[in-house]
Amino acid sequence: MLVYLIRRSLQSVVVLFVMSLLVFAGVYAIGNPIDILINPQADQIEREHAIAALGLDKPLWEQYFTFLSGVVHGDLGRSFVHSTSALGLILERMPATMELAFTAMVIAVLLGIPLGLWAGLRPNGIAGRTIMTGSILGFSLPTFWVGLMMIMVFSVMLGWLPSNGRGPTTLLFGLIPVSFMSVDGLQHLVMPATNLALFNVALLIRLTRSGAHEALLQDYVKFARAKGLTNARVIGVHVLRNILIPIVTVIGLQFGALIAFAIVTESVFAWPGMGKLLIDSIGVLDRPVIVAYLLVIVTFFIAINLAVDVLYSALDPRVRLTESKG
Amino acid sequence: MSARAVTPSVRAVETPFRRIVSDFCANPIAVCGLAMLAVILFLALFAPFLSPQNPYDLAQLDVMDSRLPPGSKTAAGGTFWLGTDDQGRDMWSAILYGLRISLSVGVIATVLALVIGLAAGLPAAYFGGRAEALVMRVVDIQLSFPAILIALILIAVLGQGTSKVIIALITVQWAYYARTVRSAALVEKRKEYVEAARCLALPPARIVFRHLLPNCLPPMIVVATVQVAAAITLEATLSFLGLGLPITEPSLGLLISNGYQYLLSGKYWISFFPGIALLLTIVSINLVADQLRDVLNPRLQR
Repeated sequence: MLVYLIRRSLQSVVVLFVMSLLVFAGVYAIGNPIDILINPQADQIEREHAIAALGLDKPLWEQYFTFLSGVVHGDLGRSFVHSTSALGLILERMPATMELAFTAMVIAVLLGIPLGLWAGLRPNGIAGRTIMTGSILGFSLPTFWVGLMMIMVFSVMLGWLPSNGRGPTTLLFGLIPVSFMSVDGLQHLVMPATNLALFNVALLIRLTRSGAHEALLQDYVKFARAKGLTNARVIGVHVLRNILIPIVTVIGLQFGALIAFAIVTESVFAWPGMGKLLIDSIGVLDRPVIVAYLLVIVTFFIAINLAVDVLYSALDPRVRLTESKG
Repeated sequence: MSARAVTPSVRAVETPFRRIVSDFCANPIAVCGLAMLAVILFLALFAPFLSPQNPYDLAQLDVMDSRLPPGSKTAAGGTFWLGTDDQGRDMWSAILYGLRISLSVGVIATVLALVIGLAAGLPAAYFGGRAEALVMRVVDIQLSFPAILIALILIAVLGQGTSKVIIALITVQWAYYARTVRSAALVEKRKEYVEAARCLALPPARIVFRHLLPNCLPPMIVVATVQVAAAITLEATLSFLGLGLPITEPSLGLLISNGYQYLLSGKYWISFFPGIALLLTIVSINLVADQLRDVLNPRLQR
C-alpha cells in the first residue's frame, strides 16, 4: 500500500512536470500578449519597457526556469492583466466553482439514484422506460444549449430566476464565501447547478439501474426475501449497499469532471468561478493564469483519482492496490 | 419429414451484411434514427441547392431584415420560416451551412483519430512488450482527464483555427480507439487463424493489417459512431466558448453563441433553432450507435 502510494505520487510528479513543460512551451509560443496589453499608441521605448517588465525579453528556457523555481516556492507567476499572483486569482475564484460543483453533485445524487433504482426495480413499467429514454437525452443534449434554454424559459419567459451571476455571499466558517445561505443566493445557484448536474443525473440513473437489475437476480436477495424481510429492507439495505461501491467510485471521479465542465456552465451563466477566469484569460493571452489554472486543475485531478483508488480498496476488501506490470 | 422437403428451392443467401441489416431493422426507433440521420446528411450535403440564400454572400443580405421573428416576410416576397439573425441572415440557410461545417469537422476528426488509434493500438496489442506498456500508459493517463479539459489545454497551447480544432478533437479521441482495438486484438490474436497465418511465415505487418484488423473492426465501428456525436458536441461547445472555429466558418455552435446575446431580449430563435438542429443530429447518431452496438456484439447474437 505504502509502496503503491509512493509510486503513484512519483508518477504524478512526472506527469505534472511534463504537463508544465508542454503547456508552458505551447502557451508561450502563440500570439503576443504585448499587442493586447499595451496601448497601440505606445512608442518603442515604452513597448520594450513593458516587455522587460513582464520578463518576456528573456529566452524561453530562462523564463521556464524562473517559472519552475517560483513553483517550488508556491508561486505560479503573476497575471499580466491583473498584476497580481496568478495562484491568488485562481484561489479567489475557487470557492464559487467548488460550490457549483458540490451543489450539482448533490442534485445528481438526489435525482439519479432514486430514479435509477425505480427504473431498475420495474424495468418494463412505463415510468422505468420514460426514465431510461430521458437518460439518453441527458447524454445527448449539449450542456451549454440546455443552459441557454433554461435561461430562456425560467428567466426570460417566466421571470422566476436570475439569468446570470452569483448572489450575495456569506462566509462559511468565517473563511469560505458561499451563496447558498440566502434565498437570493440560492436562486442564482439553482439553475447553473441543475444544468451542470444533468449529465451526471443521466450517468447515475444508468449506473444505478444496471446495478439494481443485476443485484435483484442474486442469491442473497432471494435469500433475504425468503427470510420474509420487507421489500423496503431488501432494497434499502441488501440491494443498495451492494450497488453503492461502483456508484461511489463514479461520484468521486465525476467530481473532477464537474469542475472541468463547470468551465462551460460558468460561461453560460456568467458564474464568477475558475472556469470563467480561464476562458477570459485565453481570450487576452494572460499566459501565467492559463498555465497556473491548468497546473492547479491537473493536480486536483491526480489527487481525486488517487483518493478514489484508495477509497475503493477501503470499501471493497477484494480490491488490492498494486501497480499493473509493465 | 424427408431431407428433400426441407431444402428450399429458393434459398436466401445470408451474408453477414444482410444479417446486420435485418438485425438493425428489428428496432423501429433505431430505424427512425437512421432515417433522421439520412435526412440530416442530405440537407448538409446539398445545402447550397436547398437553402433559399447563401448566408455568406453579403450582397444577398439586407440589414433591414435583421432579427426578424420566424415566419416574417422578406422584401422580395419569400418567407423567413425560422427568422433571421443580427445581420439579416436567413436562419434556415445558416443552419444548413452550419450543419455542413459541424458534420465535416466531426467526421474528419473521427476518421483521422480512428486511423491513428488503430495504428497505435493494433501493433501494441500484437507485439506487446515495452511499446504496448508505453502506449497504454499514455492512454490511461489521458482518459483520466475529461475531454473538454484536454481540448481546452490544446486550444490554449495551439491557438485557434479550424485545423487546430480538428487536431484537438483527434487528440481527445485517439485514446478511445487505441484502448478498444487493443482489447479486441488481444482476444483475436489468440485465435487459430492468426496462428495459421504465423505458420505460413507471413510478415507481421500483413498479419496485423490483413488478418487482425478486419476482425477487430466491429467494436471500432460502434465506438466511432458514438465518437462522431461526441466530436460534434465538443466542437460546438468550443465554438460556443469562442475557442473553436473562426467566425468565417460558422458551425452550429457558433450560431448558438451568436444568438446568446439576443436571448435575454426574448429573441429566442437565433439560438433555439441551431440548437434543435444540433440536438437532432446528435440524438439520431446516438440512436444508430445504440442499435449498432447490439447488432455487432457477438455475445448478443441470436
